[in-house]
Amino acid sequence: MERVYRVLFHLRSVWAIIAALAVGSILILAAGSNPIEAYYTLFQGAFFDYWGFASTLVKMCPLLLAGLAVVLPLRAGLFNIGAEGQIYIGALFATVVALYLPGVPGPLHIIMCTLAGALGGALWALIPALLKAYQGINEIIVTLLLNFVALHFVSFMVSGPMMEPGAPYPYSPEIPDTLFLPHVLPRTDAHFGVLVGVVIAIAMYAVFKRGVFGFTLATVGRNPDAARYAGMSVRRHIIVSFLIAGACAGLAGTFEVLGHRYRLFHAFSQGYGYDGIVVAFLAGLSPLFAIFSALFIGGLRSGANMMQRAMGIETTVVEAIQGLVILFVAVSLAFRYKVTEIGKAIARRGELEQALEDKTSDGKE
Amino acid sequence: MTNYKLSLENISKSFGTLKANDQVTLDVRPGTVHAVLGENGAGKSTLMNILYGLYRPDEGRILVDGQAVAIDSPRAALAAGIGMVHQHFMLVGQLTVTENIVLGMKGQGLKLDLATHVRKISELSQSFGFEIDPEAEVMKLPIGMQQRVEILKLLYHNAEVLILDEPTSVLTPNETGPFFELLERLKSAGKTIIFITHKLDEVMTIADDVTVMQDGKVMASLPKSDTDPANLARIMVGREVLFQVKRSSHASGPVVLRLADVSASNTRGLTALDQVTLEVRAGEVFGIAGVDGNGQAELAETIAGLRPVDSGRIFLSDSDITQTSISDRADKLGIAYVPEDRHRDGIVLDESVAQNMILRTYDRAPFARFGFFNPGAIRDHAERLTSAFNVRMQSVDQEIRFLSGGNQQKVILARELEGEPKVLIVAQPTKGLDVGAIEFVQQQILVQRDRGVAVLYISTELEHLLDVCDRVGVLFSGKLMDTVDSSEATPERVGLLMAGVAA
Repeated sequence: MERVYRVLFHLRSVWAIIAALAVGSILILAAGSNPIEAYYTLFQGAFFDYWGFASTLVKMCPLLLAGLAVVLPLRAGLFNIGAEGQIYIGALFATVVALYLPGVPGPLHIIMCTLAGALGGALWALIPALLKAYQGINEIIVTLLLNFVALHFVSFMVSGPMMEPGAPYPYSPEIPDTLFLPHVLPRTDAHFGVLVGVVIAIAMYAVFKRGVFGFTLATVGRNPDAARYAGMSVRRHIIVSFLIAGACAGLAGTFEVLGHRYRLFHAFSQGYGYDGIVVAFLAGLSPLFAIFSALFIGGLRSGANMMQRAMGIETTVVEAIQGLVILFVAVSLAFRYKVTEIGKAIARRGELEQALEDKTSDGKE
Repeated sequence: MTNYKLSLENISKSFGTLKANDQVTLDVRPGTVHAVLGENGAGKSTLMNILYGLYRPDEGRILVDGQAVAIDSPRAALAAGIGMVHQHFMLVGQLTVTENIVLGMKGQGLKLDLATHVRKISELSQSFGFEIDPEAEVMKLPIGMQQRVEILKLLYHNAEVLILDEPTSVLTPNETGPFFELLERLKSAGKTIIFITHKLDEVMTIADDVTVMQDGKVMASLPKSDTDPANLARIMVGREVLFQVKRSSHASGPVVLRLADVSASNTRGLTALDQVTLEVRAGEVFGIAGVDGNGQAELAETIAGLRPVDSGRIFLSDSDITQTSISDRADKLGIAYVPEDRHRDGIVLDESVAQNMILRTYDRAPFARFGFFNPGAIRDHAERLTSAFNVRMQSVDQEIRFLSGGNQQKVILARELEGEPKVLIVAQPTKGLDVGAIEFVQQQILVQRDRGVAVLYISTELEHLLDVCDRVGVLFSGKLMDTVDSSEATPERVGLLMAGVAA
């Protein structure tokens, strides 16, 4: 009985999805359609249709990378709500390198753009990390607010200095076609970026499972005093975890430009950074499961378009369903709150705050 | 019987298996200062929280003026005339003194007549010489004045019995004198004061009667005039000697660890170590005695490298290590450290026994290569050490939180002694352990001594120190009072030093 209960418990994300779909069907009924037919269209379109699946993968790429940008700092109990802003700055850096460094051979230029994008995201994440590590300023608020700064800064750049001459809408010139990312499914939009995301997720999983950094990051979160006793620097872990997280989100922005849109658009991200939080929590903060939760959320997004075309149901219904998924994942935390990774991460946050209050809280200074 | 202001009769309170209060009986005469003395964890705070209505006792009763009263909330306590000033003040910083005092008062009607309260509080303040402006914003007042606001609050609510929990711990030495004068004035106005402390000198200064607690029990209750600091120290730390550790005659080697005029601050920024100079030789156990909170924790942390020194230098075999990092001291220099607070510093409760075994060597081969762990090596290492130290557990993969305190301590000892250290710092290693585990820990310390390790053994349990140490130094408010050879160290002599009385 105990084991059955445990299995049911570990499947809680699945229950949350089923509950969300069940409540969502009421919304579809209210919109005047048959929910079973609607969901069939949605999932058939998102996962079992060649072009639809390609479209799912396109959306999955930024969702997964943003999700990883949330998962990593939470291992030490830190919330990164700023993936959205890191996506924008990453995309901006990548576009600048793409547009203003001509004459570099294609493959090398792609790598340079990618590194620039990761750097941009990392630098944007460094701001809240430094404020947290040295001044104890709440990273949730700083990362959240910096999103708006990044969004409007990119808008300014593409409607001013970087705007395509004569464009009807704020966007940059197109990047050279030698920089277009290769596709993973022939004749579709599905680009190479999603594979990079999966590789990073697997690498992060390996580091969490067996890596020294995964251990020290968790120890800093679990017991900052013991971490210090063991010679681990609490501050350095805060900073490094945010740098990597920002780099992941920066890559999400980069691949949007290099793989999908080929320009930097004003307000292009449409909340991928925030959806990354959903991806992370739906995955129970596991980098490995984040692959599947990003795939699922990406599928919801692309399937919604099909559903709208085929049945005339507004895509906002799917946004509501996505909201319901978050709600039910949150509800599932109420059950045996303490043993979940998410519960532990929240507990770690409190510990870390305590340790930072102690001014001598750092080992290697 | 009836001439006591307050009586506690056979109060017991358990938390799980821990008996925090065991048949505690306490009688307080009216108009006196009654000190409750004991080390941290002796059960003082639990007792006072029962008196203040925060905890319900499992058994026993409370009498005020000879009448049994039921105190099930702080409001009920205040109704019975009992008020308490906690170590952490319960004030709202943004409000004024008067607003804080009337906060939560009943019978105010719909409109708060602050002006009247301000006048009355002002009068009350002047009558006791508090020197408080009733309209000052509380957060702008210094900490000593905030404490007075707390006391004034109780007086305004007509409290007859004032419980003060370690009131001097927040005061600077200069504030303590005026504070004691204030207590005298309160006493002469007929108030009864219960003064919780672990400082002997304060008891001798201010108290009329004193009750000494240890391990949740009352060890003695007597008028101050019948006792002296040495006697109190002995009652407070004195414990039955349960066993005798065999100590071979020793020949100590050269000086290994040397502290020269080391000063350091505690977490609150106050001086915790004051120009400490000491030497520990190879093959010697140097004991640090003292009442808890006199700088022991800071001393250990400073040597281990967790706490920066304000001034002075630390030497290991003549090389200056004052600026060396924690991990280099542990790893390269061989300074092993068994911290006082196991759960906070020594282990990570959420991790497995095996991971805790490599907490300070995690990034070293064979445990880790190229940034990744080698679980086989970690597990072998843990199995070897746990069997050598006879750690009782299900497997090395078990989370360490499920082990008993004694077995957790064995894990820490095994880890720290593994690298054949040159210096071993052990802080309160026997705290909370049963007799068997205590004996094991002490034997390990002696094994290390015979191996030629310089051991610094910090304990508040004097008997244990005298059993194991070759020399004993006594810390009192951050100063090393004196160092005595253990052959000449009697509990009385060390007890006097612990009370701050120089020999």
